[in-house]
Amino acid sequence: MRGVLIDAALVSGTVPGGPRAAGPDVAFDPELPWQRSRSVALRPEPFGALVYHFGNRKLSFLKSQTLVRVVETLADHPSATATLVACDVPEAQRPAYVKALADLSRSSMIELRKAPA
Amino acid sequence: MTAVLPSRPARERPVGGRLIDQFEFGLDAPICLTWELTYACNLACVHCLSSSGRRDPRELSTAEAEAVIDELQRMQVFYVNVGGGEPTVRPDFWHLLDYAIGHDVGVKFSTNGIKLDKARAQQLARTDYVDVQISLDGATAEVNDAVRGTGSFATATRALSNLAEAGMRDFKVSVVVTRENAGQLDEFRALTDSYGAQLRITRFRPSGRGADVWDRLHPTQAQQRDLYQWLLANGDQVLTGDSFFHLSALGEALPGLNLCGAGRVVCLIDPVGDVYACPFAIHENFLAGNVRSEGGFQRVWQHSELFADLRNPQTGGACTKCQHFDSCRGGCMAAKFFTGLPLDGPDPECVQGYGETALAARDLALAPPKSHLDHSHSGPVRGQPTLLGMPALPPAKACDESPLAGLDLR
Repeated sequence: MRGVLIDAALVSGTVPGGPRAAGPDVAFDPELPWQRSRSVALRPEPFGALVYHFGNRKLSFLKSQTLVRVVETLADHPSATATLVACDVPEAQRPAYVKALADLSRSSMIELRKAPA
Repeated sequence: MTAVLPSRPARERPVGGRLIDQFEFGLDAPICLTWELTYACNLACVHCLSSSGRRDPRELSTAEAEAVIDELQRMQVFYVNVGGGEPTVRPDFWHLLDYAIGHDVGVKFSTNGIKLDKARAQQLARTDYVDVQISLDGATAEVNDAVRGTGSFATATRALSNLAEAGMRDFKVSVVVTRENAGQLDEFRALTDSYGAQLRITRFRPSGRGADVWDRLHPTQAQQRDLYQWLLANGDQVLTGDSFFHLSALGEALPGLNLCGAGRVVCLIDPVGDVYACPFAIHENFLAGNVRSEGGFQRVWQHSELFADLRNPQTGGACTKCQHFDSCRGGCMAAKFFTGLPLDGPDPECVQGYGETALAARDLALAPPKSHLDHSHSGPVRGQPTLLGMPALPPAKACDESPLAGLDLR
Protein backbone atom coordinates (compact mmCIF):
# COMPACT_ATOMS: atom_id res chain seq x y z
CA MET A 1 0.00 0.00 0.00
CA ARG A 2 2.79 2.26 -0.77
CA GLY A 3 1.44 5.60 -1.02
CA VAL A 4 3.64 7.81 0.98
CA LEU A 5 1.35 10.75 1.45
CA ILE A 6 2.54 10.67 -1.68
CA ASP A 7 1.22 7.83 -3.73
CA ALA A 8 4.30 7.21 -5.84
CA ALA A 9 5.89 3.87 -5.14
CA LEU A 10 8.87 3.86 -2.89
CA VAL A 11 11.00 1.31 -4.56
CA SER A 12 14.19 0.71 -2.71
CA GLY A 13 14.29 -1.09 0.59
CA THR A 14 13.09 1.73 2.74
CA VAL A 15 9.92 0.30 4.16
CA PRO A 16 9.23 -3.25 5.25
CA GLY A 17 6.80 -4.91 2.89
CA GLY A 18 6.30 -1.67 1.02
CA PRO A 19 8.47 -1.75 -2.05
CA ARG A 20 7.27 -3.99 -4.75
CA ALA A 21 9.18 -3.25 -7.86
CA ALA A 22 7.46 -3.85 -11.12
CA GLY A 23 9.29 -4.88 -14.24
CA PRO A 24 11.23 -7.96 -15.13
CA ASP A 25 13.12 -9.46 -12.25
CA VAL A 26 16.41 -9.95 -14.05
CA ALA A 27 19.39 -10.79 -11.89
CA PHE A 28 21.72 -7.84 -11.50
CA ASP A 29 25.20 -8.48 -12.86
CA PRO A 30 27.76 -6.08 -11.33
CA GLU A 31 30.33 -7.03 -13.94
CA LEU A 32 28.33 -5.42 -16.75
CA PRO A 33 28.41 -1.74 -17.72
CA TRP A 34 25.55 0.26 -16.15
CA GLN A 35 24.35 3.82 -16.13
CA ARG A 36 21.72 5.95 -14.48
CA SER A 37 18.56 5.54 -16.58
CA ARG A 38 18.06 8.34 -19.04
CA SER A 39 14.60 9.15 -17.67
CA VAL A 40 15.83 9.37 -14.08
CA ALA A 41 16.64 12.55 -12.16
CA LEU A 42 18.54 12.79 -8.90
CA ARG A 43 17.68 15.53 -6.44
CA PRO A 44 20.39 16.21 -3.85
CA GLU A 45 19.28 15.86 -0.22
CA PRO A 46 21.23 16.28 3.03
CA PHE A 47 21.50 12.50 3.46
CA GLY A 48 21.95 11.49 -0.17
CA ALA A 49 19.44 11.97 -2.93
CA LEU A 50 15.88 11.51 -4.03
CA VAL A 51 15.61 9.50 -7.24
CA TYR A 52 12.71 9.98 -9.60
CA HIS A 53 11.86 8.06 -12.75
CA PHE A 54 9.83 10.17 -15.16
CA GLY A 55 8.67 7.12 -17.06
CA ASN A 56 7.31 4.79 -14.40
CA ARG A 57 6.93 7.61 -11.83
CA LYS A 58 8.69 5.63 -9.17
CA LEU A 59 10.42 7.33 -6.33
CA SER A 60 13.39 6.10 -4.41
CA PHE A 61 16.09 7.39 -2.10
CA LEU A 62 19.82 6.99 -2.05
CA LYS A 63 20.79 6.86 1.57
CA SER A 64 24.42 7.94 1.36
CA GLN A 65 26.53 10.44 -0.53
CA THR A 66 28.80 7.60 -1.63
CA LEU A 67 25.86 5.78 -3.21
CA VAL A 68 24.95 9.01 -5.01
CA ARG A 69 28.50 9.19 -6.38
CA VAL A 70 28.33 5.54 -7.44
CA VAL A 71 25.06 6.01 -9.34
CA GLU A 72 26.27 9.24 -10.96
CA THR A 73 29.56 7.73 -12.15
CA LEU A 74 28.37 4.27 -13.24
CA ALA A 75 28.52 5.48 -16.82
CA ASP A 76 32.24 6.35 -16.51
CA HIS A 77 33.40 2.86 -15.63
CA PRO A 78 33.44 -0.48 -17.43
CA SER A 79 31.34 -2.19 -14.75
CA ALA A 80 29.44 -1.59 -11.53
CA THR A 81 32.21 -3.32 -9.61
CA ALA A 82 34.80 -0.98 -11.14
CA THR A 83 32.63 1.97 -10.12
CA LEU A 84 32.55 0.77 -6.50
CA VAL A 85 36.33 0.50 -6.49
CA ALA A 86 36.71 3.94 -8.04
CA CYS A 87 34.40 5.43 -5.43
CA ASP A 88 36.47 3.90 -2.60
CA VAL A 89 33.67 1.72 -1.28
CA PRO A 90 35.34 -0.47 1.37
CA GLU A 91 35.44 -4.15 0.44
CA ALA A 92 33.25 -5.10 3.41
CA GLN A 93 30.47 -2.76 2.27
CA ARG A 94 30.45 -3.82 -1.37
CA PRO A 95 27.78 -6.54 -1.03
CA ALA A 96 25.40 -3.94 0.46
CA TYR A 97 26.11 -1.57 -2.44
CA VAL A 98 25.59 -4.36 -4.99
CA LYS A 99 22.26 -5.10 -3.36
CA ALA A 100 21.27 -1.43 -3.48
CA LEU A 101 22.20 -1.30 -7.18
CA ALA A 102 20.23 -4.49 -7.82
CA ASP A 103 17.17 -2.85 -6.23
CA LEU A 104 17.70 0.21 -8.41
CA SER A 105 17.98 -1.89 -11.56
CA ARG A 106 14.80 -3.78 -10.70
CA SER A 107 12.89 -0.52 -10.59
CA SER A 108 14.63 0.71 -13.78
CA MET A 109 16.44 3.52 -11.96
CA ILE A 110 19.68 2.28 -13.51
CA GLU A 111 19.95 0.50 -16.84
CA LEU A 112 22.46 -1.54 -18.80
CA ARG A 113 24.68 0.50 -21.06
CA LYS A 114 24.59 -0.66 -24.65
CA ALA A 115 28.09 0.24 -25.83
CA PRO A 116 30.88 -0.61 -23.38
CA ALA A 117 32.74 2.40 -22.03
CA MET B 1 3.51 33.45 13.60
CA THR B 2 3.20 32.08 17.08
CA ALA B 3 4.95 28.91 18.07
CA VAL B 4 2.34 26.17 18.04
CA LEU B 5 4.44 23.24 19.00
CA PRO B 6 5.45 22.19 22.45
CA SER B 7 9.07 23.28 22.68
CA ARG B 8 11.43 20.85 21.11
CA PRO B 9 15.15 21.15 21.57
CA ALA B 10 16.92 21.48 18.21
CA ARG B 11 18.78 18.32 17.35
CA GLU B 12 21.40 17.46 14.78
CA ARG B 13 20.40 15.43 11.77
CA PRO B 14 21.78 11.88 12.17
CA VAL B 15 24.21 10.50 9.61
CA GLY B 16 23.00 7.28 8.00
CA GLY B 17 20.33 5.20 9.68
CA ARG B 18 16.69 4.82 8.71
CA LEU B 19 15.11 7.04 6.09
CA ILE B 20 12.18 7.82 8.36
CA ASP B 21 14.61 9.41 10.83
CA GLN B 22 16.01 11.50 7.99
CA PHE B 23 12.53 12.55 6.90
CA GLU B 24 11.79 13.84 10.40
CA PHE B 25 14.47 16.44 9.82
CA GLY B 26 12.91 17.53 6.54
CA LEU B 27 14.03 17.58 2.92
CA ASP B 28 15.44 20.39 0.77
CA ALA B 29 12.19 20.31 -1.21
CA PRO B 30 8.96 18.41 -0.59
CA ILE B 31 8.66 14.90 -2.03
CA CYS B 32 5.38 16.11 -3.39
CA LEU B 33 2.88 18.70 -2.32
CA THR B 34 -0.80 19.40 -2.45
CA TRP B 35 -1.87 22.42 -4.40
CA GLU B 36 -5.44 23.55 -4.15
CA LEU B 37 -6.15 25.66 -7.21
CA THR B 38 -9.47 27.16 -6.16
CA TYR B 39 -11.90 27.27 -3.28
CA ALA B 40 -14.76 27.19 -5.79
CA CYS B 41 -16.76 23.97 -5.91
CA ASN B 42 -20.03 22.85 -7.41
CA LEU B 43 -20.62 20.56 -4.44
CA ALA B 44 -21.02 21.19 -0.72
CA CYS B 45 -19.72 17.94 0.83
CA VAL B 46 -20.40 17.87 4.55
CA HIS B 47 -16.82 16.85 5.39
CA CYS B 48 -14.87 19.14 3.02
CA LEU B 49 -11.35 19.49 4.44
CA SER B 50 -10.97 23.02 3.05
CA SER B 51 -14.52 24.34 3.65
CA SER B 52 -14.74 25.02 -0.07
CA GLY B 53 -17.64 26.39 -2.07
CA ARG B 54 -17.03 29.97 -3.17
CA ARG B 55 -14.04 31.22 -5.14
CA ASP B 56 -11.70 33.54 -3.25
CA PRO B 57 -11.11 36.80 -5.13
CA ARG B 58 -7.42 36.69 -4.18
CA GLU B 59 -6.74 33.35 -5.90
CA LEU B 60 -3.50 33.08 -7.88
CA SER B 61 -3.74 34.31 -11.45
CA THR B 62 -2.69 32.13 -14.37
CA ALA B 63 0.68 33.91 -14.54
CA GLU B 64 1.24 33.50 -10.81
CA ALA B 65 0.35 29.81 -11.00
CA GLU B 66 2.80 29.37 -13.88
CA ALA B 67 5.49 31.04 -11.79
CA VAL B 68 4.84 28.53 -8.99
CA ILE B 69 5.22 25.69 -11.48
CA ASP B 70 8.52 27.18 -12.73
CA GLU B 71 9.73 27.25 -9.17
CA LEU B 72 8.67 23.67 -8.47
CA GLN B 73 10.57 22.62 -11.58
CA ARG B 74 13.71 24.42 -10.33
CA MET B 75 13.35 22.74 -6.93
CA GLN B 76 12.81 19.37 -8.61
CA VAL B 77 9.44 18.71 -7.05
CA PHE B 78 8.52 15.96 -9.46
CA TYR B 79 4.81 15.95 -8.94
CA VAL B 80 1.95 17.74 -7.26
CA ASN B 81 -1.45 16.63 -6.02
CA VAL B 82 -3.86 19.18 -7.38
CA GLY B 83 -7.19 19.66 -5.66
CA GLY B 84 -9.52 22.32 -4.38
CA GLY B 85 -12.37 23.09 -4.26
CA GLU B 86 -13.06 21.53 -7.59
CA PRO B 87 -9.93 22.32 -9.60
CA THR B 88 -11.50 21.69 -13.01
CA VAL B 89 -13.90 24.61 -12.61
CA ARG B 90 -10.96 26.98 -12.97
CA PRO B 91 -11.11 28.13 -16.59
CA ASP B 92 -7.31 27.83 -16.95
CA PHE B 93 -7.19 24.36 -15.36
CA TRP B 94 -6.40 22.50 -18.60
CA HIS B 95 -3.78 25.07 -19.53
CA LEU B 96 -2.06 24.78 -16.13
CA LEU B 97 -2.15 21.00 -16.41
CA ASP B 98 -0.28 21.14 -19.73
CA TYR B 99 2.06 23.82 -18.43
CA ALA B 100 3.05 21.70 -15.40
CA ILE B 101 3.59 18.56 -17.44
CA GLY B 102 5.66 20.54 -19.94
CA HIS B 103 7.86 21.67 -17.05
CA ASP B 104 8.58 18.24 -15.57
CA VAL B 105 6.03 18.63 -12.79
CA GLY B 106 3.67 15.68 -12.97
CA VAL B 107 0.10 16.23 -11.91
CA LYS B 108 -2.31 14.07 -10.02
CA PHE B 109 -5.60 15.84 -9.63
CA SER B 110 -8.64 15.08 -7.53
CA THR B 111 -12.04 15.84 -8.96
CA ASN B 112 -15.68 15.04 -8.38
CA GLY B 113 -15.87 14.33 -12.11
CA ILE B 114 -18.13 17.22 -13.07
CA LYS B 115 -16.04 18.23 -16.11
CA LEU B 116 -14.86 14.81 -17.24
CA ASP B 117 -17.00 14.30 -20.31
CA LYS B 118 -15.98 11.96 -23.12
CA ALA B 119 -13.79 14.55 -24.85
CA ARG B 120 -11.85 15.44 -21.68
CA ALA B 121 -11.48 11.77 -20.83
CA GLN B 122 -9.91 11.16 -24.24
CA GLN B 123 -7.63 14.14 -23.82
CA LEU B 124 -6.45 12.79 -20.44
CA ALA B 125 -5.94 9.31 -21.83
CA ARG B 126 -3.60 10.79 -24.44
CA THR B 127 -1.62 12.79 -21.87
CA ASP B 128 1.39 11.24 -20.25
CA TYR B 129 2.33 12.09 -16.74
CA VAL B 130 -1.11 12.91 -15.46
CA ASP B 131 -3.12 10.96 -12.89
CA VAL B 132 -6.78 11.40 -12.12
CA GLN B 133 -8.55 10.69 -8.86
CA ILE B 134 -12.32 10.63 -8.73
CA SER B 135 -13.73 11.21 -5.25
CA LEU B 136 -16.42 8.87 -4.05
CA ASP B 137 -17.44 8.46 -0.42
CA GLY B 138 -19.90 5.64 -0.74
CA ALA B 139 -19.93 2.48 -2.84
CA THR B 140 -23.65 3.11 -3.34
CA ALA B 141 -25.45 6.31 -4.31
CA GLU B 142 -27.32 6.25 -1.03
CA VAL B 143 -24.22 6.34 1.17
CA ASN B 144 -22.25 8.63 -1.14
CA ASP B 145 -24.91 11.22 -1.82
CA ALA B 146 -25.83 11.70 1.85
CA VAL B 147 -22.33 13.11 2.33
CA ARG B 148 -21.46 14.56 -1.09
CA GLY B 149 -24.87 15.59 -2.39
CA THR B 150 -27.67 14.25 -4.55
CA GLY B 151 -26.47 13.24 -7.99
CA SER B 152 -22.77 13.21 -7.06
CA PHE B 153 -22.55 9.40 -7.28
CA ALA B 154 -23.96 9.54 -10.81
CA THR B 155 -21.51 12.31 -11.77
CA ALA B 156 -18.54 10.37 -10.43
CA THR B 157 -19.47 7.05 -12.03
CA ARG B 158 -20.17 8.76 -15.36
CA ALA B 159 -16.64 10.21 -15.22
CA LEU B 160 -15.25 6.76 -14.36
CA SER B 161 -17.06 5.25 -17.37
CA ASN B 162 -15.75 7.98 -19.64
CA LEU B 163 -12.18 7.43 -18.47
CA ALA B 164 -12.42 3.66 -18.83
CA GLU B 165 -13.98 3.98 -22.26
CA ALA B 166 -11.25 6.39 -23.38
CA GLY B 167 -8.62 3.81 -22.46
CA MET B 168 -7.20 5.84 -19.56
CA ARG B 169 -5.01 3.67 -17.35
CA ASP B 170 -4.24 3.76 -13.65
CA PHE B 171 -6.86 6.28 -12.68
CA LYS B 172 -8.00 6.20 -9.08
CA VAL B 173 -11.17 6.12 -7.07
CA SER B 174 -10.48 8.12 -3.93
CA VAL B 175 -12.44 7.33 -0.79
CA VAL B 176 -12.44 9.01 2.60
CA VAL B 177 -13.20 6.28 5.12
CA THR B 178 -16.14 7.19 7.38
CA ARG B 179 -18.43 5.41 9.80
CA GLU B 180 -20.99 5.18 6.99
CA ASN B 181 -18.76 3.56 4.35
CA ALA B 182 -16.19 1.66 6.44
CA GLY B 183 -18.22 -1.51 5.87
CA GLN B 184 -18.11 -1.06 2.09
CA LEU B 185 -14.41 -1.57 1.43
CA ASP B 186 -14.92 -4.78 -0.55
CA GLU B 187 -17.70 -3.13 -2.52
CA PHE B 188 -15.39 -0.22 -3.30
CA ARG B 189 -12.82 -2.70 -4.54
CA ALA B 190 -15.36 -4.37 -6.80
CA LEU B 191 -16.64 -1.05 -8.13
CA THR B 192 -13.12 0.20 -8.78
CA ASP B 193 -12.10 -3.05 -10.49
CA SER B 194 -15.12 -2.85 -12.76
CA TYR B 195 -13.67 0.34 -14.28
CA GLY B 196 -10.12 -0.98 -14.38
CA ALA B 197 -9.19 1.68 -11.85
CA GLN B 198 -7.23 1.58 -8.61
CA LEU B 199 -8.68 2.14 -5.15
CA ARG B 200 -7.27 4.80 -2.87
CA ILE B 201 -8.60 5.16 0.67
CA THR B 202 -7.60 7.86 3.09
CA ARG B 203 -8.30 8.89 6.62
CA PHE B 204 -11.12 11.26 7.53
CA ARG B 205 -9.81 14.24 9.50
CA PRO B 206 -11.71 16.87 11.51
CA SER B 207 -10.48 19.60 9.14
CA GLY B 208 -12.62 22.30 7.52
CA ARG B 209 -16.29 21.29 7.58
CA GLY B 210 -15.04 17.85 8.62
CA ALA B 211 -14.86 19.23 12.16
CA ASP B 212 -18.64 19.76 12.16
CA VAL B 213 -19.41 16.13 11.37
CA TRP B 214 -16.39 14.40 12.86
CA ASP B 215 -18.18 13.08 15.97
CA ARG B 216 -20.80 11.58 13.74
CA LEU B 217 -18.68 10.29 10.84
CA HIS B 218 -15.29 9.21 12.14
CA PRO B 219 -14.92 5.42 12.23
CA THR B 220 -15.58 3.61 15.50
CA GLN B 221 -12.79 1.74 17.29
CA ALA B 222 -14.25 -1.55 16.03
CA GLN B 223 -14.26 -0.20 12.47
CA GLN B 224 -10.66 0.93 12.85
CA ARG B 225 -9.62 -2.57 13.90
CA ASP B 226 -11.46 -4.06 10.91
CA LEU B 227 -9.86 -1.49 8.63
CA TYR B 228 -6.43 -2.41 9.95
CA GLN B 229 -7.05 -6.10 9.23
CA TRP B 230 -8.39 -5.22 5.80
CA LEU B 231 -5.29 -3.16 5.04
CA LEU B 232 -3.00 -5.98 6.15
CA ALA B 233 -4.86 -8.34 3.80
CA ASN B 234 -5.41 -5.98 0.84
CA GLY B 235 -2.82 -3.27 1.42
CA ASP B 236 -0.56 -3.83 -1.54
CA GLN B 237 -3.48 -3.45 -3.95
CA VAL B 238 -4.65 -0.20 -2.45
CA LEU B 239 -3.20 3.29 -2.13
CA THR B 240 -3.56 5.04 1.20
CA GLY B 241 -1.43 8.16 1.00
CA ASP B 242 0.11 6.55 4.10
CA SER B 243 -2.66 8.25 6.02
CA PHE B 244 -3.51 5.39 8.38
CA PHE B 245 -0.20 5.18 10.18
CA HIS B 246 -1.96 5.68 13.53
CA LEU B 247 -3.32 2.13 13.04
CA SER B 248 0.20 0.72 13.18
CA ALA B 249 -0.05 0.82 16.97
CA LEU B 250 -2.34 -2.23 16.66
CA GLY B 251 0.67 -4.42 15.96
CA GLU B 252 2.46 -4.95 12.70
CA ALA B 253 3.44 -1.66 11.06
CA LEU B 254 1.51 -0.88 7.91
CA PRO B 255 3.63 -0.57 4.80
CA GLY B 256 4.53 2.96 3.83
CA LEU B 257 5.83 6.00 5.57
CA ASN B 258 4.73 5.78 9.19
CA LEU B 259 5.30 9.40 9.94
CA CYS B 260 3.55 12.74 9.88
CA GLY B 261 5.04 14.40 6.82
CA ALA B 262 3.69 17.89 7.55
CA GLY B 263 6.27 20.54 6.73
CA ARG B 264 8.89 17.81 6.51
CA VAL B 265 8.22 16.00 3.23
CA VAL B 266 4.87 17.48 2.17
CA CYS B 267 2.90 20.72 2.48
CA LEU B 268 -0.06 22.58 1.02
CA ILE B 269 -0.24 25.59 -1.27
CA ASP B 270 -3.76 26.98 -1.02
CA PRO B 271 -5.61 28.88 -3.77
CA VAL B 272 -4.38 32.29 -2.57
CA GLY B 273 -0.77 31.08 -2.41
CA ASP B 274 -0.60 30.54 1.34
CA VAL B 275 1.68 27.66 2.32
CA TYR B 276 0.44 25.43 5.15
CA ALA B 277 2.18 22.47 6.76
CA CYS B 278 -0.37 20.03 5.36
CA PRO B 279 -3.67 19.98 3.47
CA PHE B 280 -5.53 19.15 6.66
CA ALA B 281 -4.10 22.07 8.59
CA ILE B 282 -5.63 25.19 7.08
CA HIS B 283 -5.29 27.32 10.18
CA GLU B 284 -3.19 30.37 11.01
CA ASN B 285 -1.07 28.32 13.40
CA PHE B 286 0.15 26.16 10.53
CA LEU B 287 0.62 28.94 8.01
CA ALA B 288 4.28 29.14 7.00
CA GLY B 289 4.17 31.95 4.41
CA ASN B 290 2.94 32.84 0.95
CA VAL B 291 4.35 32.04 -2.49
CA ARG B 292 3.78 35.68 -3.49
CA SER B 293 6.29 36.94 -0.93
CA GLU B 294 9.92 37.60 -1.76
CA GLY B 295 11.87 34.39 -2.21
CA GLY B 296 8.68 32.57 -3.22
CA PHE B 297 7.83 29.04 -2.25
CA GLN B 298 11.45 27.99 -1.88
CA ARG B 299 12.13 30.49 0.88
CA VAL B 300 8.98 29.44 2.72
CA TRP B 301 9.88 25.77 2.49
CA GLN B 302 13.49 26.18 3.48
CA HIS B 303 13.38 29.06 5.95
CA SER B 304 10.02 29.37 7.67
CA GLU B 305 10.23 29.18 11.44
CA LEU B 306 7.19 26.95 11.59
CA PHE B 307 8.68 24.35 9.29
CA ALA B 308 11.99 24.49 11.15
CA ASP B 309 10.01 23.73 14.31
CA LEU B 310 8.18 20.82 12.69
CA ARG B 311 11.53 19.37 11.63
CA ASN B 312 12.64 18.90 15.21
CA PRO B 313 11.52 15.41 16.14
CA GLN B 314 9.18 15.17 19.10
CA THR B 315 11.00 14.12 22.23
CA GLY B 316 8.53 14.96 24.99
CA GLY B 317 4.87 14.51 25.79
CA ALA B 318 2.77 11.61 26.97
CA CYS B 319 3.04 9.64 23.73
CA THR B 320 6.81 9.32 23.76
CA LYS B 321 6.49 7.18 26.89
CA CYS B 322 4.11 4.74 25.17
CA GLN B 323 5.51 1.46 23.87
CA HIS B 324 3.74 2.03 20.53
CA PHE B 325 5.23 5.46 19.88
CA ASP B 326 7.74 4.14 17.39
CA SER B 327 4.88 2.67 15.30
CA CYS B 328 2.37 5.51 15.29
CA ARG B 329 4.58 8.50 16.18
CA GLY B 330 1.68 10.05 18.04
CA GLY B 331 -0.62 10.09 15.01
CA CYS B 332 -2.00 12.99 13.03
CA MET B 333 -1.20 16.55 14.05
CA ALA B 334 -4.29 18.02 12.35
CA ALA B 335 -6.62 15.47 13.95
CA LYS B 336 -5.34 16.41 17.38
CA PHE B 337 -5.40 20.14 16.78
CA PHE B 338 -8.94 20.38 15.44
CA THR B 339 -10.36 18.19 18.20
CA GLY B 340 -8.73 20.45 20.79
CA LEU B 341 -6.09 17.96 21.93
CA PRO B 342 -2.48 18.87 22.70
CA LEU B 343 -0.08 18.20 19.83
CA ASP B 344 2.30 16.13 21.93
CA GLY B 345 -0.52 13.94 23.26
CA PRO B 346 -2.43 11.08 21.66
CA ASP B 347 -4.35 11.15 18.39
CA PRO B 348 -8.13 11.38 19.03
CA GLU B 349 -8.48 8.01 17.28
CA CYS B 350 -5.54 6.42 19.11
CA VAL B 351 -6.17 2.70 18.74
CA GLN B 352 -4.86 2.05 22.23
CA GLY B 353 -7.76 4.10 23.60
CA TYR B 354 -5.70 7.01 24.95
CA GLY B 355 -7.42 9.38 22.51
CA GLU B 356 -10.84 8.74 23.99
CA THR B 357 -9.50 9.37 27.46
CA ALA B 358 -7.92 12.61 26.29
CA LEU B 359 -11.12 13.71 24.55
CA ALA B 360 -13.12 13.06 27.70
CA ALA B 361 -10.64 15.09 29.73
CA ARG B 362 -10.88 18.15 27.49
CA ASP B 363 -11.98 21.36 29.08
CA LEU B 364 -15.37 21.70 27.40
CA ALA B 365 -15.40 25.41 28.17
CA LEU B 366 -12.65 25.76 25.56
CA ALA B 367 -13.96 25.31 22.03
CA PRO B 368 -11.60 23.44 19.69
CA PRO B 369 -9.73 25.79 17.33
CA LYS B 370 -11.49 26.76 14.11
CA SER B 371 -9.94 27.75 10.81
CA HIS B 372 -10.01 31.47 10.03
CA LEU B 373 -11.14 30.58 6.50
CA ASP B 374 -14.53 29.40 5.35
CA HIS B 375 -15.49 29.48 1.69
CA SER B 376 -18.64 27.42 2.15
CA HIS B 377 -21.57 28.33 -0.07
CA SER B 378 -23.68 30.83 1.78
CA GLY B 379 -26.99 29.84 0.24
CA PRO B 380 -28.59 26.51 -0.61
CA VAL B 381 -26.79 24.33 -3.18
CA ARG B 382 -28.54 22.12 -5.69
CA GLY B 383 -28.50 18.54 -4.45
CA GLN B 384 -27.12 19.64 -1.08
CA PRO B 385 -26.15 16.64 1.09
CA THR B 386 -28.82 15.46 3.46
CA LEU B 387 -26.65 13.84 6.10
CA LEU B 388 -27.49 16.62 8.50
CA GLY B 389 -31.14 16.64 7.52
CA MET B 390 -32.93 18.84 5.02
CA PRO B 391 -32.15 22.54 5.33
CA ALA B 392 -34.92 24.23 7.28
CA LEU B 393 -36.84 26.90 5.41
CA PRO B 394 -38.51 29.47 7.59
CA PRO B 395 -42.28 29.39 7.14
CA ALA B 396 -43.48 32.29 5.01
CA LYS B 397 -46.68 32.63 6.99
CA ALA B 398 -47.94 30.93 10.11
CA CYS B 399 -50.41 28.91 8.08
CA ASP B 400 -47.51 26.98 6.43
CA GLU B 401 -46.77 25.45 9.81
CA SER B 402 -50.29 24.47 10.71
CA PRO B 403 -53.68 25.23 9.18
CA LEU B 404 -54.87 25.95 12.68
CA ALA B 405 -52.06 28.31 13.55
CA GLY B 406 -53.25 31.34 15.36
CA LEU B 407 -56.81 30.06 15.53
CA ASP B 408 -58.26 30.75 18.92
CA LEU B 409 -60.98 28.22 19.59
CA ARG B 410 -62.02 29.60 22.93
